[in-house]
Amino acid sequence: MLVPFSWLKDYVEIDVSAEELQNKLFSCGFEVEELTYLGKDVTGVVVGLITETKKHPDADRLTVCTVDCGAHGIKQICTAATNVFVGAKVPCALDGATVLHEGGIQKIKSGKLRGELSEGMFCSGEELGINNDFYEGAEVYGILILGDEAKVGEDIRPVVGIDDYLFDIAVTANRPDCQSIFGMAREVAAVLKKPLKQPDTSYTPVKTDVVVPVHVHESTLCPRYIGHYVKDVKIGKAPQWMRRRLALCGIRGISDIVDITNFVLLELGQPMHAFDRNFLRGGEINVRRAKKGEKIVTLDKKEFTLTEENLLICDGVSGVALAGVMGGLDSEIKDTTTEVFFEAAKFARDSVRKTSRSLGQRSDSSSRFEKGLDAFTPEFAMNRALHLTEKLGCGVPTSYRTDVNAADMTPKTIVTTCEKINSLLGITVPKEEIVSILTRLFFKVEEKGDTLTVTVPLWRDDVDGYPDLAEEVIRMYGYEHITPTFLSAASVTHGGLNEAQKCELKVKRTLQHEGFMEACNYSFYSPKDFDLLRLSADAPERKAIKILNPIGEDLSVMRTILAPSMIANVVRNVRRGNESGRLFELANVYLADALPLVDMPKEKQHLVLGMWGEGDFFDLKGALTALEEAFDFTFSYERGEKSFLHPGISATLKCGEKEVGWIGELHPEVANALALEKKVYLAELDLELLKKKFAKDISYHNLPRFPEVERDLAVVVDEKVTCAEMEACILRAVKAVKKAELFDVYRGKQLGESKKSMAFRLTFACDEKAEKPLSPEDVDKFFNKIVGNLKHNLGAELR
Amino acid sequence: MEQDTQKIVEEAEAEAAKAADSRALYEVKMKFLGRAGKVTALLKGMREVAAELRPAFGKKVNELRETLEAKFAALEEKLKKKEMAAKLSGEQIDVTMPGRRRAQGTLHPVTRVKNELIDIFAGMGFEVFEGPEIETDYYNFTALNTPADHPARDMQDTFYLGEKFLLRTQTSAGQIRVMENKKPPIKILCPGKVFRSDDDATHSPMFHQMEGLVVDKHITLCDLQGMLDEFARTMFSQSSKTRLRPSYFPFTEPSVEVDVSCASCGGKGCSLCKGTGWIEVLGAGMVNRRVLENCGIDPDKYTGFAFGMGIERIAMLKYGINNIKLLTENDVRFLEQFKD
Repeated sequence: MLVPFSWLKDYVEIDVSAEELQNKLFSCGFEVEELTYLGKDVTGVVVGLITETKKHPDADRLTVCTVDCGAHGIKQICTAATNVFVGAKVPCALDGATVLHEGGIQKIKSGKLRGELSEGMFCSGEELGINNDFYEGAEVYGILILGDEAKVGEDIRPVVGIDDYLFDIAVTANRPDCQSIFGMAREVAAVLKKPLKQPDTSYTPVKTDVVVPVHVHESTLCPRYIGHYVKDVKIGKAPQWMRRRLALCGIRGISDIVDITNFVLLELGQPMHAFDRNFLRGGEINVRRAKKGEKIVTLDKKEFTLTEENLLICDGVSGVALAGVMGGLDSEIKDTTTEVFFEAAKFARDSVRKTSRSLGQRSDSSSRFEKGLDAFTPEFAMNRALHLTEKLGCGVPTSYRTDVNAADMTPKTIVTTCEKINSLLGITVPKEEIVSILTRLFFKVEEKGDTLTVTVPLWRDDVDGYPDLAEEVIRMYGYEHITPTFLSAASVTHGGLNEAQKCELKVKRTLQHEGFMEACNYSFYSPKDFDLLRLSADAPERKAIKILNPIGEDLSVMRTILAPSMIANVVRNVRRGNESGRLFELANVYLADALPLVDMPKEKQHLVLGMWGEGDFFDLKGALTALEEAFDFTFSYERGEKSFLHPGISATLKCGEKEVGWIGELHPEVANALALEKKVYLAELDLELLKKKFAKDISYHNLPRFPEVERDLAVVVDEKVTCAEMEACILRAVKAVKKAELFDVYRGKQLGESKKSMAFRLTFACDEKAEKPLSPEDVDKFFNKIVGNLKHNLGAELR
Repeated sequence: MEQDTQKIVEEAEAEAAKAADSRALYEVKMKFLGRAGKVTALLKGMREVAAELRPAFGKKVNELRETLEAKFAALEEKLKKKEMAAKLSGEQIDVTMPGRRRAQGTLHPVTRVKNELIDIFAGMGFEVFEGPEIETDYYNFTALNTPADHPARDMQDTFYLGEKFLLRTQTSAGQIRVMENKKPPIKILCPGKVFRSDDDATHSPMFHQMEGLVVDKHITLCDLQGMLDEFARTMFSQSSKTRLRPSYFPFTEPSVEVDVSCASCGGKGCSLCKGTGWIEVLGAGMVNRRVLENCGIDPDKYTGFAFGMGIERIAMLKYGINNIKLLTENDVRFLEQFKD
């Protein structure tokens, strides 16, 4: 919110610099996001009086002027402007001055123009950064001609109203009462410990017989509505001082009556509206919900079709204003307006927000209502507007006022103690200090011993308990008084991660050791990602939860499978020239029982692995083996069918009987569609299912008394026989074989069509109770038994 | 005899001196001390010596052998040393060549910071609780003293999934779930993903927060600052300080913004802290009475504080990451910079 320093000074005698005030506001809860000195780019420009003009001897279009710059001396300035004359007071940029020029800053230097000395430059309004609202005449073509009141030699900035600071203040959502200059002035007065001057709200009403009945049909949406009739209106221009203030806050002057409503909005934070009474059909006001399909054209000539959700201000026939958002076109103030009906109301913040959002129509008024205004200010604002109308002489306030008030106007009281306030803060703020601070902030405080009975100002809807008072006290007393302690009175608790969280970290650490880097992706992606995976129409993954208001289609559904994000990561890396890599991500997928959502969806933790550029299926499988080892469980791999995986190089992962995931090479067709020339290997696991198996108990096994014996076995089998089948058969054959590890697979013509040779390293160990080591004969016996079984069960021939 | 032994010694010394390596030396040694060596030959000639002279003769020959053996041993050691030195110098490797290892992976910077934060607070007795990412309107807003028409709802742009369901906009939602099920003393951390409908150069629609909550008897604002001071010292630098300034959150009262003294300039003011000497790091405050009431905790008996911080923000400050988008691009050249 923009607050001009000069305007604040109307209500508080400020004896600190703008920078100091900025710091004080910061420490009491108002961050000044930007402090601007309006005249910072206009330096060295003074008021000059043109005492003589003559034609330039060498240039038809130039005039040579003699200018009296007071203390700065008599200067000669050449100008191309045609509106200068002897006796005119003009802004003179002297040698070394800076002015604005085409969005930048221009430095003025003394020099010769076609042989004639020019010791500066005359300025237009634009070069001073002002318009007519700042200074009448600023928008004329040519040089700004100043009024007689300007003193020769004086700095131009105070003359044209730019010797001022503009505070851009961030007001937190709990302080709608500070969305105005006067609201901020209350805080400034409190923080500087200065008295606050109230704006003048006096006026003399003139009797009238006119009535403008107001019927509020929705008192929850409109708790208070004040209307006041003003007669004998003569529309004109608002005075310079008022327009300048509006201009400082970025609002252009329109006409005196409209400017008054805008002025009051800025000054007191109360949105107001002025209706041309002659355009109120039936001469009455109805505050009601719009009918479905009802239309209104607002001041900015936009037409809206409304619903019952929109609160509408109507005359006897139809809508004349969108409550709290914007007035209607028909009843707006025109040059010919002679009678005005002022409105100052409180509309429910939710109602205004809904209307403003659903119609996409925002205004200074709606943004204030959305923050939640109090029910006290409408009356204050109405009186102020009437005072200004009288002061400006643009209308005559009558005696007719209607005030439909359903709001509770009894001030809140809080009974508390200094001890309670201090117990929350942890320090002891002296009682006198507490009372003084609250009083400065317009709370009424009655003391009785340590007990305080505090009456809350009507505009402070945000305060309703002693913690709020504690906050008021500490922000004024100063947070620097808080002395850090370390839970001096708290109980000892035991902290740390629970088992599941530790396991999650262990999964990450294990993969890190396997050379994988952790990725992080958004929890949502595009529904097109399912098409990329070539999932069938009824695939469960397609049952994804949709975001109703996504940033875009690309980020519109919640993930049901992590693979698409991983594929996208690989694609991005490859496109950026990262030839190889290993990534993993551990994140939730979101599974709904029914769509649209009825119950809380399930969030299941998934783990996805991606690998490209180096390694093959078995390298990726190795990472899963690392997890098996880390957590002491075993996956079984079964040939699986996934639409997005290579049909021959993919598997379903099971843990016990449960399917827990998949692994495989990205289908070459999918890879082609993504222009991926490298093979990509992916795996995805449901960690939720594995978490139950995460507990790893380490218990010591006795070391064997006698050394183990290793022997290699190579057999030729049919291509179809799997390693797992071979392993199982070997281990089943004799008890003494402890391990069977495949170390070589060979295919060659001499083996025959669809045959392969598989070589295993077998490890034999004798029984724990055995008295002597295994003899070569024992091992031969076992070996032969194994060979026999392999032959019998799997048709394997010893090589 | 005397002359014989002297002569043999001289002869042996002369020949040994000519031996270029330990092998040649060995041959020389054999020539004197071997089975067919000169010393052995002397011994063999003992039979011809008179019986009474034999002991003296034998002693002499033994002395001779000992002398020679000692001499050969000394020489051998010298030669072996020389040979070893020569051998080792031939085996010299280029020690600057790279070591052989499997490349380590990395944890995401957000995970690293999250782990570090958990370590800091776990040491102070905080448990870790992770609530759901899809929340109800009640847990994310209403129970946190942000009813439907509350202007604070505008502070965050919420992704809605239905009438009642949304993507949590703050990990504060987890506070409620904990307080509903656990009675004071409570000390918890709620780390996790949060979502806001914001996507520009400095905002991501998904980021991570870490919420902390303490509820117990006699908890004060001083305790909040004490704990955050400790956090800042561990996370940033031993000389870090915190500064509280008033702010607003619906679920705390009083509410504060917490700035940490800029670790890069030590508070003098630099480009990182925009000349202020302070960096805004987190929001905090004393838990609002209504929030405690909503969870069935008696606010007259217990007080508490809560704080919440953006993990990405801390990671960016800590590692000097200048673009939030890098954190979700998953470019391996970025990720590999976060090796342990």
